[in-house]
Amino acid sequence: MKKMKKVVCFGLISAMMLSAFAGCGKKDSASEVIIIGGTGPLTGGAAVYGNAAKRGAEIAVEEINALGDIQFELKYEDDTHDAEKAVNAYNALKDWGVQISLGSVTSSPCVATSAETFADRIFALTPSASATDVTADKDNMFQMCFSDPNQGSASAQYISDKKLGTKVAIIYKNDDVYSTGIYDTFMNKAKELGIDVVSTTTFTTDSQTDFSVQLNDAKNAGADLVFLPMYYEAAALILAQAKSMSYAPKFFGVDGMDGILTLEGFDTSLAEGVMLLTPFSADASDEKTVNFVKKYNEKFGETPNQFAADAYDCVYAIYQACKNGKVTASMSAEDICDIMIAQFTTMKFDGLTGNGMTWGANGEVTKSPKGMVIENGVYVGLD
Amino acid sequence: MEFLSNVINGISLGSIYAIIALGYTMVYGIAKMLNFAHGDVIMVGAYVCFFMTSRYNMPAVVGVLLSMFVCTVLGIVIERLAYKPLRQATSLAVLITAIGMSYFLQNAAQLLWTSNPKVFKSVVGSGSIELAEGLHISHVTVVTILVCVVIMIGLTVFTGKSKMGKAMRACSEDKGAAQLMGINVNTTISITFAIGSALAAIAGVLLCSAYPNLVPTTGSMPGIKAFTAAVFGGIGSIPGALIGGVLLGIIEIFAKAYISTEISDAIVFAVLIVVLLVKPTGLLGKKISEKV
Repeated sequence: MKKMKKVVCFGLISAMMLSAFAGCGKKDSASEVIIIGGTGPLTGGAAVYGNAAKRGAEIAVEEINALGDIQFELKYEDDTHDAEKAVNAYNALKDWGVQISLGSVTSSPCVATSAETFADRIFALTPSASATDVTADKDNMFQMCFSDPNQGSASAQYISDKKLGTKVAIIYKNDDVYSTGIYDTFMNKAKELGIDVVSTTTFTTDSQTDFSVQLNDAKNAGADLVFLPMYYEAAALILAQAKSMSYAPKFFGVDGMDGILTLEGFDTSLAEGVMLLTPFSADASDEKTVNFVKKYNEKFGETPNQFAADAYDCVYAIYQACKNGKVTASMSAEDICDIMIAQFTTMKFDGLTGNGMTWGANGEVTKSPKGMVIENGVYVGLD
Repeated sequence: MEFLSNVINGISLGSIYAIIALGYTMVYGIAKMLNFAHGDVIMVGAYVCFFMTSRYNMPAVVGVLLSMFVCTVLGIVIERLAYKPLRQATSLAVLITAIGMSYFLQNAAQLLWTSNPKVFKSVVGSGSIELAEGLHISHVTVVTILVCVVIMIGLTVFTGKSKMGKAMRACSEDKGAAQLMGINVNTTISITFAIGSALAAIAGVLLCSAYPNLVPTTGSMPGIKAFTAAVFGGIGSIPGALIGGVLLGIIEIFAKAYISTEISDAIVFAVLIVVLLVKPTGLLGKKISEKV
């Protein structure tokens, strides 16, 4: 037993020394490349989003490095969609010498890490953390995705403009900042536009199985359009249960609905006619999207979702800003931060998730959402 | 009409709780331990069936039988590795081990099958029977209730009449005395786990047939609700699990429909507290007085 302990001790010590040296090795190479780092859920319940973002960013870094101009090195740390772990993951990135941050992939961890990047004066651009708290009062925190309020009001505007429904029901997840954020602004805008909201019901992570009551409420109130500001997992159950009770209103989702068609085992006929506002569609036929989808498919064997596209765009936007602002790898994170803020608030960016994107001083992006409808198992543009 | 359809929705949800609760209560009744990993064995069962039916296109029967087999083996292995060495330890130690086992299974499932959600193909089809105009009861619910009743009767007869069943009851009353009477306590408890895990596989398949979202954490919340149902009906009592489960489902749906969707879980657990205050052993629980 004692011998065993010695062996273990020795093993641990050598591992520690090795890792210390490994750290040195990395710092040396940092003089030629700009280090980008982000945190995201690479394991755990939300791993779909984190891995997609990481992979999207990897492809972009690979492409940019191949251009031979500015060189990036990308590092993702796992935060398991947990705010506390995200801060630890961010600290690990900082130890590693990160110069530009990709924030965090999901909202609540990003609220935590954005406070850190703000304090440390490291520029951050999150691909997909859409809550307003992420960017609030932080001059160096930017978003690639729509902020939640924008999605909510854009959805209400869209429904009203296209006269998609006269009586609207909403089912939202009230323990999720993403869902409640969209719900709040949707309601405000709906009131302004005179949309008749006849039924509002909620669910939580723990009661995310049975939706019979919520759907019955919408049905009895005579709703002809059901707004679903949530991620696709719950939406898939709602669609299946609505069908089993033969309730067939129009369903309208937001960007979290994206991914429903690639859900393994999902009967895509259930999603027939579902509408959603999303900035990215893997079925779009423009050259950029086709290229990206092809590369992603070859590398990872699946179709990219909007998280991958957002992260891909993030790296390219950072590239554009670095190039225009003449950022070099030897600059300190703080100097880079100032240049990036100046660039982002003035530049226009064309990416997978929109053309002519601009950023306000508050860090929120302006781009126009695309209305999509699912027909025969693929997205078709509504406009 | 709305009332009746809520009752039916409640029964649908409750029958799922009941079938999970049967496994909980059976293991508790005999081994006197709360197997918190039960919910996760359910998840494993559902995954096995999913892969058989959706990936390899096997008939549903094969999927169910195979997932029962896998879960039975898994149950025995868990019992041997994690619980048996703690047979003499305090019940608190066993409880914590069970919680650890639950997390282990969830994380192992995540590594093996990733956390990408999967949509489970119902093993009984998605149709429903129309009882009256606008009043539907789905096939899954009918099958779940039938299976629940069959399992309940089967377990009652098994523990009441068979030799192994008698040995189980003896173990549950007094392990030491049972051993002195020539009963192999370890084998008996292993068999209890084997049966409990086979039931978990059936529960997993039916849970996911009714609510087809399959992720590594699929079993945990229904597991906790079913545990509540088992306590509600009187833990250790087999008919109690069925009644507790169905009542819990109905209360949950009623709370959602008539009070608020936001605080329905709080209401469910408040009812549980009230029941336990009035009747500490649950609805059908037996009061056993300790003899000194």
